[in-house]
Amino acid sequence: MEKAESQLAAIQRQVMWNRLIAVVEEQAQVMIRTAFSTTVREAGDLSAGVFDLQGRMMAQAVTGTPGHVNAMSESVGHFLAKFPADTMRPGDHFITNDPWLGTGHLHDFTVVTPAFHRGRMIGLLANTAHVIDVGGLGMGPDGRSVFEEGMYIPIVRCFSEGKANETFFDILRAGTRLPVELEGDVYSLCACNDAGARRLTQMLEEFDLDGLETLATFIFDSSRRATEAAIATIPPGIYASTICSDGYDEPITLAAEMHVGATEIAVDFSGTSGLSTRGINVPASYCRAYACFGIKVVVAPEIPNNWASLAPFRMMIPEGCILNAPRPYPVAVRHVTGQLLPDLMMGCLYQAVPDQVAAEGSSCLWNPPLRGGGGVSGRGGDKRRVLPDFEVITFNSGGTGARRGFDGLDATAFPSGVRTMPVEATENVAPVVIWRKELRPHSGGPGRTRGGLGQIMEIAGQDDLEFACNALFDRIANPPRGRDGGGAGAAGYVGLVSGKTLRTKGFQIIPDGERLLLLMPGGGGFGDPATRAAEAVAHDVRAGVVSAEDARDIYKVVLDAKGGVDPEHTAKARQQGETRI
Amino acid sequence: MLDSAKSYDDTQKTKLAIDIGGTFTDFALEHRGQIFTAKVLTTPQAPEQAVLAGMASILATSGIEAQEVDLLIHGTTLATNAIIERKGARTALVTTEGFRDVLAMRNESRYDQYDLNIVLPEPLVPRHLRFTVPERLDHLGRVLRPLDEQAVRDLIPRLRQEEVESIAVGFLHAFVNSAHERRVAELLAEAMPDVPISLSSEVSPEMREWERFSTTAANAYVQPMMARYLRRLERGMREMGLHAPIFLMLSGGKLTTIETACRFPIRLVESGPAGGAIFSATIAREAGLERVLSFDMGGTTAKVCLIDDFKPQTSRSFEVARIGRLRKGSGLPLRIPVIEMVEIGAGGGSIASVDPLGRVAVGPESAGAAPGPASYGRGGIAPTVTDSNLLLGRYDAAAFAGGTIVLDAEAARRALDEHIGARLELSSGMAALAVVEIVDEAMANAGRVHAIEAGTALAGRTLIAFGGGGPVHATRIAEKMGMDRVLVPNGAGVGSAIGFLRAPVGYEVVRSLYQRLNALDLAAVNALLEDMAREASEAVAAGAFGAETVQTRIATMRYVGQGHEILVALPVRPLVAEDAAAIMRDYETAYARFYDRPVPGSEVEVLSYIVTVETEAPLPPPPDAAAKAYTAQAETSRVVRDSASGVESVWPIFNRFALEPGAMMRGPAIIAENETSTLLGPSWQAAVTAQGWLSLTRATSELT
Repeated sequence: MEKAESQLAAIQRQVMWNRLIAVVEEQAQVMIRTAFSTTVREAGDLSAGVFDLQGRMMAQAVTGTPGHVNAMSESVGHFLAKFPADTMRPGDHFITNDPWLGTGHLHDFTVVTPAFHRGRMIGLLANTAHVIDVGGLGMGPDGRSVFEEGMYIPIVRCFSEGKANETFFDILRAGTRLPVELEGDVYSLCACNDAGARRLTQMLEEFDLDGLETLATFIFDSSRRATEAAIATIPPGIYASTICSDGYDEPITLAAEMHVGATEIAVDFSGTSGLSTRGINVPASYCRAYACFGIKVVVAPEIPNNWASLAPFRMMIPEGCILNAPRPYPVAVRHVTGQLLPDLMMGCLYQAVPDQVAAEGSSCLWNPPLRGGGGVSGRGGDKRRVLPDFEVITFNSGGTGARRGFDGLDATAFPSGVRTMPVEATENVAPVVIWRKELRPHSGGPGRTRGGLGQIMEIAGQDDLEFACNALFDRIANPPRGRDGGGAGAAGYVGLVSGKTLRTKGFQIIPDGERLLLLMPGGGGFGDPATRAAEAVAHDVRAGVVSAEDARDIYKVVLDAKGGVDPEHTAKARQQGETRI
Repeated sequence: MLDSAKSYDDTQKTKLAIDIGGTFTDFALEHRGQIFTAKVLTTPQAPEQAVLAGMASILATSGIEAQEVDLLIHGTTLATNAIIERKGARTALVTTEGFRDVLAMRNESRYDQYDLNIVLPEPLVPRHLRFTVPERLDHLGRVLRPLDEQAVRDLIPRLRQEEVESIAVGFLHAFVNSAHERRVAELLAEAMPDVPISLSSEVSPEMREWERFSTTAANAYVQPMMARYLRRLERGMREMGLHAPIFLMLSGGKLTTIETACRFPIRLVESGPAGGAIFSATIAREAGLERVLSFDMGGTTAKVCLIDDFKPQTSRSFEVARIGRLRKGSGLPLRIPVIEMVEIGAGGGSIASVDPLGRVAVGPESAGAAPGPASYGRGGIAPTVTDSNLLLGRYDAAAFAGGTIVLDAEAARRALDEHIGARLELSSGMAALAVVEIVDEAMANAGRVHAIEAGTALAGRTLIAFGGGGPVHATRIAEKMGMDRVLVPNGAGVGSAIGFLRAPVGYEVVRSLYQRLNALDLAAVNALLEDMAREASEAVAAGAFGAETVQTRIATMRYVGQGHEILVALPVRPLVAEDAAAIMRDYETAYARFYDRPVPGSEVEVLSYIVTVETEAPLPPPPDAAAKAYTAQAETSRVVRDSASGVESVWPIFNRFALEPGAMMRGPAIIAENETSTLLGPSWQAAVTAQGWLSLTRATSELT
């Protein structure tokens, strides 16, 4: 009987674990439905999680942003350090956008909310979302310190026992170009934590528990064990790799030496370039987040994120390198650097488990922050027509790297998981016209499996009036590399449709009558292109995404007059000669 | 073939409902208050064969002539299957220059963040059949670039050369101004009169280009095949002597004419499940239950659906043909009126396993009918939900599915021991319990998420359980969702077809007209609403037989800048300036119901309007006089393990067919019938209602 009881308790813990994951998913859904910023509601740039009293993350919603993974997980500890659990009361909500206490730049707001049950605090809910505007220079790389990048909110109470902190909201509204949206988003952050807290206490009531302690132990033990077992399947050793980023004004090298042990994976980032004077620096928590994601997606993709499943991945990031920027270095567009980290991690893991990784991809989101109005070139006063003031951002992606068994994904975000906004929605909220947004032919890196295609965008102000773009693009000088004989994807390009090339980073004006042109990179290929299935090559030619010349010269596929494979000549071409890429 | 005949209501109309499902085609014939039902195997190559054969058969059995049928209602999954199996027409898309790849680029995200090897669904229109023409509207519908008519004419030889069978036209912002799309249709129709054309401004006139183009392309893709099928079917039925009008069941739970179905066949995709929800809604109405959760558990999936005031929850977005383990985002989006339901991969055949973390996972893989659960003895070796139910003592191995399958308990035990028990150090019984608890939890989670998405609560609702698995799992799921009442109707085996009989003839029209609430152009709104009401009324008139119709008008609204709309009912009359304040109040009430607190100081915008016209459903007859209560006698008993406590004990087993209205039973107990068993948990009691349904209630305090 006693045995049956303990077996039942074990089963119930599993049920509760599932329930906890449902709780955080529900929390994230409420955020998506109530958010004002397109970044959250259309793009899904948010994260939600539940934490025990020690600030250890027990479950996290699988939403759009791996960048929030470790970062938010660490964040709750900082809240507890400033406001110990015994000072928290029901109805309290705490908030910050401190890049070093939150998730890496001022545009991410994190709200932490205590949950109570039977008169006792039992855990915390946290939620992070990317808002559109926090004042300052706007989202872009031009700041020379974090103080130029926008308003800086330390950890404070935004709701006290259910009552809004009006002083806080006054300051918040005054410090942004979009007061309605920002205030609305903060309300949403709080509402979604409330929803999570309610569900959590209902669960404890149903299972007649006083707190989360035993469940936390079970989750952490199981996750730790499973993660260690997954690590044990990777051949132990030391694997080093580097990757080059365009940087702001000079190239940046990211270097990693990965030590795969029996039960943990440690990464040493020695050899990485030093800090930049501009906002492409990465706070350490954000580096840990993306590096960890890059390893986990290969090694232990099925294990849910929590404190214990992340613990076996240790990052050693030297102080003063660009991946460990101290306050007050500028960090606004840390994703431009940080989103290359999964490619770097897979560069290491390729040496250990070559079939489990992908080739390099476009990786960094191409999310041009656009601005218009009197402030762009200061012409509001001189009676020439300007657009009304606006601030808008759209998330767009190039191609992902080819996988061993599958082509890369065309115009798809990786490692970020955010969604793009519909063009119709963007044009409804801002006076811009997107004249072109479609796949970029001939951009996928050749390979046995092909890299995903990049995309092309052309953007204008309404009536072709001037607007500005805070450029923050990468992989222009350093296109995504292929693996195992696969070729590189096409490099990115930023310019005007009329032909002028623009800088890849920094604030620039697109004058009256001009349009912005963005060519996003394609993903790298995997394996020798001359071994790609000839039918697949013919299909790509027919679709207009691979040229007949490339089919012949790189893929060694000869097509007949109707566009079908000519098997005889193809076989001959493939027997002869080396592949040139 | 005749399953049952039961007194239902006294309507004088003779109605025949036919539901084509993946495996079976179900029939329900209602005549002078009697319902006859039948099932035949679906004939996938020519579905009308099974329909016509089954129809002849049920008419013969019931002694009714085809001429006597007043109304025929038909639902089918053909359109869905054509999309899933990619067997639709060779379809081209004509779209705005610069936007050739909207269908392929989707929303640029991955449906699984942690799976490096995901594959995305192929667009229904391949790239070489996606053509662009110069034209462009802005977000207010003003022309930024005129339509290049010559470019359209130049496409015609290409379309012919590619032997295109159907054409979708989707232009940016066409939902605000359809002029360019309509002009393209004219030009193409002139040259290619036999090729059907679907316009995004007609099929799905709503913002968000990917969803709108996807819906339009899907409509074009299934259109030729569905039109051919419907015409063949109509001809066959006429040849059998049927004079009655033929109506099609829509995904939104309403009925429409063959003509409308031929133009917008995409609106038929989810008609089967919609029938199930209407079945539940009918039961709710007859039982006077205003707040219900419908729970339909079959062999591979379970579906839950909220029903308030006897109406299933509806929505305008749906995803068809998911490829990634039923994951959200792995299918093709459709923006059409649908009955909102959550479908999860949890059914009797769902396979249980242990994941890398040592957790039991169930589904969405299913053993299906072949090889079936391990206990079927047909070669299945993986443990399933059915195997687990058997091992817990919930089924009589000799009498499963009316005795057509003798279950092998030893095979079930072996499967559970090997795949679950041995790995988790659980006894066979506890392994079975783990599987059932995990699947019950998954279904309860689906119900909870469904409720939060709809901004409502589950507490106080009644669960209406049907399908083969529904009654077995209902009481435990109700406990997990905090619900105290369960209703198990009869006729559940062909619930969808019975639902068809009860569906109203109706039609829904949606149009976008973007305005701020505090600056509504009333003349424009009223003209639009009138026009929409006329369109909907005309669509309904053909099938209403002069019956009273009801019109509803709804505005979709949100705070300026917010992304998700809230539906607010409008008065059915021209709006006047004073209405704005009441509409705002209703909006804030609805918003607070979803999200606790309204947002102070924010303006509200109106995005689109929905006008629905439908016939009023007939009121159900009053139930028979309350039956005399009596304590039922168990026929036998069996050792059953309770999944909440893990305790094994002897439970009485009742035979449902031997129970009269008024029969009372106390849990723990099992009420067995041919197709399923109703599980009565320890804290539950059951009564048989006047209609013969099982009404289960949970005691809030301990029974003495």
